[in-house]
Amino acid sequence: MTQAHSHSHPALPVHPTDPKGFVADWSSDQIAFKKVPWGKVMMWIFLVSDTFIFGVFLISYMTARMSSVVPWPNPSEVFALEIAGSHVPLVLIAIMTFILITSSGTMAMAVNFGYRKNRKVTFILLAITALLGASFVGMQVFEWSKLILEEGVRPWSNPMGAHQFGAAFFMITGFHGTHVTIGVIFLVIVAVKVYRGDLDHERPGFLTGRRGNYEVVEIMGLYWHFVDLVWVFIFAFFYLW
Amino acid sequence: MDHAADQQHPIGVYLKIWALLFVLSAASYAVDYFHFEGYLRWSLILIFMLLKAGLIVAVFMHMMWEPIALIYTIMIPPLLLVVFIGIGALEADYTFFLRSIFFAP
Repeated sequence: MTQAHSHSHPALPVHPTDPKGFVADWSSDQIAFKKVPWGKVMMWIFLVSDTFIFGVFLISYMTARMSSVVPWPNPSEVFALEIAGSHVPLVLIAIMTFILITSSGTMAMAVNFGYRKNRKVTFILLAITALLGASFVGMQVFEWSKLILEEGVRPWSNPMGAHQFGAAFFMITGFHGTHVTIGVIFLVIVAVKVYRGDLDHERPGFLTGRRGNYEVVEIMGLYWHFVDLVWVFIFAFFYLW
Repeated sequence: MDHAADQQHPIGVYLKIWALLFVLSAASYAVDYFHFEGYLRWSLILIFMLLKAGLIVAVFMHMMWEPIALIYTIMIPPLLLVVFIGIGALEADYTFFLRSIFFAP
């Protein structure tokens, strides 16, 4: 009994109340997900927390919209554009949706070619993904400036209806756009690592000192797909509802 | 590193899912374009949204190939949001009721 006990805990040198005891307990070779790289698990856990952030934003938007006695502005009209003389509803948002889905496709392929150790194709696909992401942010800048400068939408008021519209819009799409921007930066860093061959030789690479292999590309992919995933919900609940 | 082999899938899988996501996005845009209203609109939006989200998580994020322990660890906590949605809806209903009585224009 005592022998088995001492076998499973090989000499904990520190007192349980010592801060070092905290570290010793939490790092005592307990692996929960045996075949999953730790970086991937950590990224997933971060994404769960991010899910709650966006979830709470969308729920507060729902609460504001449901409790408003003033009619909610019709997003289909607010985000319509005049193209070649004809009135097309939501067209910019539709294009942004397709761009983000395309970038998710190129990202998934980049992960795949990374695991095939095809450095060149992985780099090209990552670069395309970053470009698509950057163009998404560019279109969002266009959307925001049109709404602010031409339509006079503010977080506290707007000429089309319920005042909470602006607050919800800027908060939700602003936070999502920030995620896309961070994702583009993250993509560029990973793309440079791939290009320089840091991942093939597990060298500590560009900007981050961590030695990475092609799992880094998959972890990057998780973040990027999550950004696309959040857009699916924003598109459904904010723009289409 | 042997995990690399774990998430090595044929390119064809990604291309098919990609095409499906395009079709589903076009379908959800069509809901707005053709002015579907009421319960038909809301149910179509939700169906297309959930299908797209499911495909992205399952295939693009490789969740369907991960160990069951990880799937449950990641997928179960967000279900709490359903409770939050319920609480938010109840509260919003009540606020709307009070505003209609006391503040309606």
